[in-house]
Amino acid sequence: MEGDAELRDLYQEALLDYYQSGAHKGKIPASDFYSHGINPVCGDELEITMKKDGAGAIGQIRYAGHGCVISQASSAIMAEALEGKSVKDALSLVAAFKDMMLSKAAPESLPGDLEAAKALEGVRRFPTRIKCATLAWNTVAQGLAARGQAEFKEGS
Amino acid sequence: MLDVRKIREDFPILGRAIRGKPLVYLDNAATTQKPRQVIAAMTDFYEKHNANVHRGVHTLSDEATALMDAARGKTAQFVGAPKPETVIFTRNATEAINLVAHSWGRKFISAGDEIVLTEMEHHSNLVPWQMLAKEKGARLRFIPVTEDGRLDMAAAPALFTPKTKLLAFTAASNALGTLNPVPELIALAKSRGAKTLVDAAQWVPHYPTDVARWDCDFLAFSAHKMLGPTGLGVLYAKEELLESMDPFLGGGDMIERVFWEGFTPNVIPYKFEAGTPNIAGAAAFGAALDYLRGVGFSALREHEAALTKRALEIFAEFPSAAVYGPKDPAARGGIVSFNIDGVHPHDVGTAFDLEGVAIRAGHHCCQPLMSRMKVGGTARASFYLYNTLEEVEALGRALAKTAAFFRKPAGVR
Repeated sequence: MEGDAELRDLYQEALLDYYQSGAHKGKIPASDFYSHGINPVCGDELEITMKKDGAGAIGQIRYAGHGCVISQASSAIMAEALEGKSVKDALSLVAAFKDMMLSKAAPESLPGDLEAAKALEGVRRFPTRIKCATLAWNTVAQGLAARGQAEFKEGS
Repeated sequence: MLDVRKIREDFPILGRAIRGKPLVYLDNAATTQKPRQVIAAMTDFYEKHNANVHRGVHTLSDEATALMDAARGKTAQFVGAPKPETVIFTRNATEAINLVAHSWGRKFISAGDEIVLTEMEHHSNLVPWQMLAKEKGARLRFIPVTEDGRLDMAAAPALFTPKTKLLAFTAASNALGTLNPVPELIALAKSRGAKTLVDAAQWVPHYPTDVARWDCDFLAFSAHKMLGPTGLGVLYAKEELLESMDPFLGGGDMIERVFWEGFTPNVIPYKFEAGTPNIAGAAAFGAALDYLRGVGFSALREHEAALTKRALEIFAEFPSAAVYGPKDPAARGGIVSFNIDGVHPHDVGTAFDLEGVAIRAGHHCCQPLMSRMKVGGTARASFYLYNTLEEVEALGRALAKTAAFFRKPAGVR
């Protein structure tokens, strides 16, 4: 259909797949980490739970909440990238992703662990939607900052 | 019949392209576009008459004061207010309602008193009363909304008790398009001895308003939703109420005399208008009122009804689209609030924007109402005098395309 190209450019196949896959969706009972985020633009809420592994790294991560394609797909991409990472590495991935979304860094300069996040680059042309893409990442960063990161030790 | 083609020539912004497509502006319930007459009135003020009001003993100040007075007079006439001084200029409708909560509410609401609202209020006619109720130990009660987005008038009388001091309600819902039975609501409140505040932000731009006939105590609306500039709102209140109320903000213009230890307030309306007002905005608003008067409300209503009727026909052809609000066309204004099954309103909004169609998506500043309707939010198209049937067809095309795009299973897009 005419004009579909622009829609496909923003809502890339990979994004819609993440949105529909349901991977990493849900809530971990008795989690080691819980953080709650709200997108002020739409009021959508997101809950992130994590369980640490034996080394103190992020063993398991889940996201829960109702949201748009962009926020849900971004949550799934983030969960995939952060699982198995130390807190320190997770925070640097969050920072790298945000730099890309805020156009401080080019998508090409994203670390290899964030390859899938390149599918979100089209969102940068829609300023009101950037908050949808960064919601999950901000929720993790704020949650980690709030607990001083001490309880969730870096992998050694 | 409106000469829409001629009207559109007055709105420079309607010639804009959005992402390579002609702009189809259907977000009029959020704010309307401005005709060149309004833009010219604002420019004219700054180029020829700019000065502060009420103080300079010079020609420009006299001219600025006269422009402000003329705008107040036109506003009073537009809504049937008996005297210009019963019209208070604020920043917006929100500030007008906050003014009442502050200056009337803090003086006349006490612990145990009750305020009746409705479940379809905008946050601006909910949060100020929550703040007042918390401060005073008062209680809020809500007229429920029915399944088809109307006020449950059968349930309303039981909400009034001897402690009810105020009924504050919207005349027309920004989220659902519902037109409420304003005279019936006011009559109910009056019969129980309660004051009435009408949030008319979505009413005054579209329908004739006569505060004297309604006999409401307070009425609030915004200039920017009716071709006027942003940064200007209106509070109408009965003269005796304004006289009995305490001032709102303190500062210049609102005082009569000031001593080290205190002050005496100015007369109305100035008692409620501290600081330099939005003079250019008031002058431009006068031009907006002239423009709307020239168009006429009966032609406007007929036009909006035709657009809404066609939009509802289009939506009815889409089983995957749900439209909220009253089924009865007579009970709704030019607002169509909807969802596409399985598609988040913000994804709908972005997909429509790619077609040049500007709509609102989200909770419409009505979060409790959205919870009540069990939706996270809706997408909303809202019409005004410059919209055309062709634009409604463009809305339909955007709807078809969006529904088709997001409905396809993975792999076949």
